[in-house]
Amino acid sequence: MTMQPDGRYVDQAPYDPEAAAEARSAELDMSNARLLWLRFKQHKLGLVSAIFLLLSYLSLPFAGFIAPYAPNERLEDYIYAPPQGMHFFHEGKFIGPHVYPTTAEMDLESFSWKYVPDTSSPAMLEFFCEGSDYKLAGLIPSNTHLFCAPEGATMFLFGADRLGRDVFSRILYGAQLSLTVGLVGITVSFVIGIVLGSIAGYFGGFLDWIINRVIEVLRSLPELPLWLALSAAVPSHWGPVSVFFIISIILGILDWPGLARAVRSKFLSLREEEFVKAAEMMGAKPSRVIKKHLLPNFLSHLIASATLSIPAMILGETALSFLGLGLRAPAVSWGVMLNDAQNLASIEIYPWTAIPMLPIVIVVLAFNFFGDGLRDAMDPNRS
Amino acid sequence: MALLRFAVFRFLTMLATLVVVSVLVFLIITLPPGDYLSNQINELRATGQSAGIAKAEFLRAEYSLDQPLWKQYLIWAGFMPGPHGFAGLLQGEFGWSFEFDKPVADLVGGALWMTVLVNLAAVLFIYAVALPLGILAAAKSKTWVDYTSAFVGYLGLATPNFLLALILFYYGNRYLNLPIGGLMDPQYEGQPMSFDKMKSVLIHLIIPTFVIGTSGAAAMMQRLRANLLDELGKPYVETARAKGMSEPRMLTKYPLRVAFNPFVADIGTLLPSLVSGSVLVSVVLGLQTIGPLLLSALKSQDLFLSAFVLMFVALLTLIGTLISDLLLALLDPRIRFGGRER
Repeated sequence: MTMQPDGRYVDQAPYDPEAAAEARSAELDMSNARLLWLRFKQHKLGLVSAIFLLLSYLSLPFAGFIAPYAPNERLEDYIYAPPQGMHFFHEGKFIGPHVYPTTAEMDLESFSWKYVPDTSSPAMLEFFCEGSDYKLAGLIPSNTHLFCAPEGATMFLFGADRLGRDVFSRILYGAQLSLTVGLVGITVSFVIGIVLGSIAGYFGGFLDWIINRVIEVLRSLPELPLWLALSAAVPSHWGPVSVFFIISIILGILDWPGLARAVRSKFLSLREEEFVKAAEMMGAKPSRVIKKHLLPNFLSHLIASATLSIPAMILGETALSFLGLGLRAPAVSWGVMLNDAQNLASIEIYPWTAIPMLPIVIVVLAFNFFGDGLRDAMDPNRS
Repeated sequence: MALLRFAVFRFLTMLATLVVVSVLVFLIITLPPGDYLSNQINELRATGQSAGIAKAEFLRAEYSLDQPLWKQYLIWAGFMPGPHGFAGLLQGEFGWSFEFDKPVADLVGGALWMTVLVNLAAVLFIYAVALPLGILAAAKSKTWVDYTSAFVGYLGLATPNFLLALILFYYGNRYLNLPIGGLMDPQYEGQPMSFDKMKSVLIHLIIPTFVIGTSGAAAMMQRLRANLLDELGKPYVETARAKGMSEPRMLTKYPLRVAFNPFVADIGTLLPSLVSGSVLVSVVLGLQTIGPLLLSALKSQDLFLSAFVLMFVALLTLIGTLISDLLLALLDPRIRFGGRER
């Protein structure tokens, strides 16, 4: 660079129009999705959470394969057996993953069973072994498990519950219901919220007034008592699958007002824009204007806020099942499992029955971080 | 004057909402097929006990449960005379609990006050915790103070209330010698209010308040922090700093006042979840609030009891929302004079 006599600076290099164009358009030419991804990547916690959630959901169909036991398989000799460690070193030597077989002994002081591990004879874990029958993804019958308990020993990673069922296996199976409850619920809430919100926002007038009042009433009511009342209305003779769907629909029915409000306020501001007027003048029907011109404008934002309300539903299912009004016994969900840990005595004596709370906390946190990351990435006002 | 008009308007809206809520509540409760009395009558018939049937039939007629649904509702709400003239919610007549064989009013009596007390304590707790922590987190944003409070906040949001309750109860009892279960020592139950009873209730309230308030406090803290951070980026803050104003004084004098608005408004959205939480926690911890009553009434389809409890819970949140709206109007003239809609 050289300084001109009049004080300006001029680059000596010859002007290259292509380089200038390239430098300018690197970001501009990217697709929206790619931009979003670039911004989302910067939210490290959100990224980690997204990967974790993806893995969790992908593993749902394979719960039967990963779990060593069937969800309702009862080992009567191992009631309330404590968690067993998976060991790799036996007497200082590496011999691969193994467990120590335990024997039950009656403790005559506290009148409870004590499980004493026999540390002299390690039992090697088996891999890709045959165990109880299950259906892969609910379709393909199989009996191969990732790992199973060796002959004559047990493999209770997280202990056993009051009927001698493996807590670890039940957590994996429970995830199938607990994790999908939120998805079904959010779908219901999403559909109702968008339909009613866009009707209210687009047409305004009397419809708007009615929908607004409904939203206000629903939002001013405490959710849990209503959830309780609605789920108490579910007939007790229904099968687990229908109860599951009804419960998720109940969770969704009370969740939509927040979403509908967001949709409505967006519509109110967007419908005054020129592109909407133009579409209307060209004779587009309201349904087309809403679907093609208005919704795409903030759908991504809606998805982010929907992500943030999934955890509330997961917690809701847990609370309902915990109180005995949600999913019931033969079905396995985290809430149903926690039903066992309902009293102080079991928390004090058998703390591992409360282990299902760990996946709940982790999943809820992950959804929160993921939603935060998404929202930040989609925020157009971001600096 | 404008404030008074606003107050009257809000109060009337609340009454209208309450009517809608009562319809909703009644509908939801009568949704499942059958009711307590017909279940009982069937059971008595099946076991061949004819003595009880007459009483159940009498109760059915007495509380007009043999009428069509819309009439049942009108009579229950007190819009229409029942078999013995006006006797419904509006007249202060709450109906009969078939399960406990007692008037609903006798049954819920003290529990109502305890419910109000527990929720009030939780609201106070939320303000007491969220206000200083939220300000601190915003003022010291991107430092360990901020990160720690965010982490604790997230954890509070993610932990199921009822488990937190059980765990805190266990450790509170073990290490701090806090009492387990209930809202007062057994010897004070049914006793008139005295200093010792107050003390007992207060000690018993510590853990429930903490449990019910945590998630609300976390949410409010985050909101306050976000609002404050927005304000802190504005030019007037820079001006104040440039003039050499001390940081704490500047913070409390200008940005905090603006950021405070949503803080009051939030109580409206916070209360429903708070009441929800208190119902759940009461069931788990065996507090003598209406939570456990609601659960058992819902399970046994005890119509009047569950309807009354649901109505009371709704009323509690509506009154809370009303108060927060009025406070907000007092605080911010824009709301008082500006558009009521949106």
